Amino acid sequence: MEKNNLKAWLYLLPAIVFLGLFMVYPLFDVFVYSLEEGYSSISKTYFGVGGYNYSYVLHDPYFLQAVKNTFILVIITVPLSTIFSLLISVGLSSIEKLKNLFQTVYFLPYVTNTLAVGMVFMILFKPAPATTNSVANLVLGWFGISPVDFINGPYWAKMFVLCLYTVWVVMPFKILILTGALASVDKTYYNAAKVDGTSKFRIFTKITLPMISPTLFYLIITGFIGAFKAYADAVALFGADLNVAGMNTIVGYIYERLYATSGYPSYASAAAIILFVIVLTITCINLLVSKKNVHY
Amino acid sequence: MKVALQNLTKIFPSRNKKQPKPVVAVNDFTFDIPDGTLIGLLGPSGCGKSTVLNLISGLLKPTSGKIFFGDDDVTNLPPENRGVGLVFQNYALYPHLTVKKNITFPLENLKGKDKLTKEQMDQMALEAAKLVQIDMLMDRKPSELSGGQQQRVAIARALVKNPKVLLLDEPLSNLDARLRLQTREEIRRIQRSTGVTTIFVTHDQEEAMSISDLIVVMKDGEIHQIDKPQNVYDDPVDLFVAKFLGTPPINVFDGRVENGKLFIGDEAVLDIPSVPNGNVDVAIRPEGFTLDENPVLTCDLSRVEVMGRDISVVATHNNSQNPVVRAIIDSDNLSSVNGTKVKFGVKPNKVFIFEKETGKRIRF
Repeated sequence: MEKNNLKAWLYLLPAIVFLGLFMVYPLFDVFVYSLEEGYSSISKTYFGVGGYNYSYVLHDPYFLQAVKNTFILVIITVPLSTIFSLLISVGLSSIEKLKNLFQTVYFLPYVTNTLAVGMVFMILFKPAPATTNSVANLVLGWFGISPVDFINGPYWAKMFVLCLYTVWVVMPFKILILTGALASVDKTYYNAAKVDGTSKFRIFTKITLPMISPTLFYLIITGFIGAFKAYADAVALFGADLNVAGMNTIVGYIYERLYATSGYPSYASAAAIILFVIVLTITCINLLVSKKNVHY
Repeated sequence: MKVALQNLTKIFPSRNKKQPKPVVAVNDFTFDIPDGTLIGLLGPSGCGKSTVLNLISGLLKPTSGKIFFGDDDVTNLPPENRGVGLVFQNYALYPHLTVKKNITFPLENLKGKDKLTKEQMDQMALEAAKLVQIDMLMDRKPSELSGGQQQRVAIARALVKNPKVLLLDEPLSNLDARLRLQTREEIRRIQRSTGVTTIFVTHDQEEAMSISDLIVVMKDGEIHQIDKPQNVYDDPVDLFVAKFLGTPPINVFDGRVENGKLFIGDEAVLDIPSVPNGNVDVAIRPEGFTLDENPVLTCDLSRVEVMGRDISVVATHNNSQNPVVRAIIDSDNLSSVNGTKVKFGVKPNKVFIFEKETGKRIRF
């Protein structure tokens, strides 16, 4: 028994060393930094220990703006992208002709560089120098709606573009996973339901959804986590100075605090810990809710 | 409910571009299934048995031909309006629903004036569950049931809406040998007690023989013989049917008819004055050999297998199409089988003669 235990630990050693060194230790270190006031990475000194960094971050209007932006982004994009992906996947699984073509088209955004996609969105929404209007405004003009500046204009317009962009970027992966999940549902269930006269809607809600619920749940959790960690998308659309644009995200705030000229790694650490707590809480809530609704 | 198939044909278009020949799964099926009988569709895998079942259930549309339930033409009715209960090979129980929910699932689909209250549904589910003796398992999930219990749930789900026709697709293939015996009795009992016309598909001839009222033997989408199980065994219409039924399999020899005598090799086995001269296939059931009567067929003895009640004499013969000739003989004769040769007599009613080219039976 003793010997076996030793062997087991030996097998686990590489994983424990790597995970400890590159994941647990940094996490712990960030937590320590977040409690040290005015830590300087050059002189490795600090003034004292306490909750000052948290208090500062929580009172920083930029941080509050970033939290607000992130939450709006999460609440809008996670449900929307999941529902749209589900609809598109169901559509894809029920067509036969050109299925592969459509699958490829829907998967393209996933393999395209974020910044390149951001450029495309800029062209769609930003007034190009040569023309007076962006493509979006051109379309709005057809319906008699006056042009809106989506990149430098009002907050809701910018948020709309950011959400649209995020939904569009995260959907391919979800569609890929969901079409896979739908294809793996045994066809005889559908045949059995058909013989029993089940309506299409009932087949979807009573058979398809429960059957793919584990996959759906996985997508929702990773969707939440991914949306909370959004940063590159905002940069791609609104440029590097997100605080000025008022479109910063929590990760963006952490990044800025870490590398801005007036660098305060302590503030960044505190913000990172706050983000960690938020994501942890949301994931726990998700797990609790899913226990009731996810089958198997 | 009487079920009638008229010239039923199903052709699947080829999906393989290299071989653009369409597949004829069911070819010109015509037969009547009398009310309240249990019919076994028997044939090797890929012969179109399941396709016939899917055509009757409505999951597939026939290429041509008609299907009648009673006097109603149901050929163009969708499956839900036909009133059939279908039990799938893998049962297709919904894994996320309890046994009870699985059984009530078809009832919850009813709309309009047929709509049932929850109490009625529970009552009907309980009755169906009692019939297949799973009423104590109502709150379990399918994954918590054994294979035999899942099978019963599937039958209960098919029966709960009082179908006109019950269809079973290879109902026993997922069960182990002992459970298979038990379940086939069970299917017979349930069919008897409900009186529902039942069609089941199997590739296991023993299964089909043991519980069916009528057997339909088919191959490559065509019906070879429809008859009572014993008649199909005793009086096969062609070589395929003779070979397909019976364990151990029937012994087939190259033979010829000369001047009213049937020869296997150089030995005259039977007098058959009415048959014209020519080469034929001769099939003899293992129990068609005797040792006591005047011997007519000499074989090289390989070994004797003792099975208690019977002995199985395994021998070889130059004209045998099977690798060995196998004879089932009463064990009283054990002492008389020894040496390197064995001489058999034959029972004329266990000997069948078939045309070489077509495999058709030549009666004598």
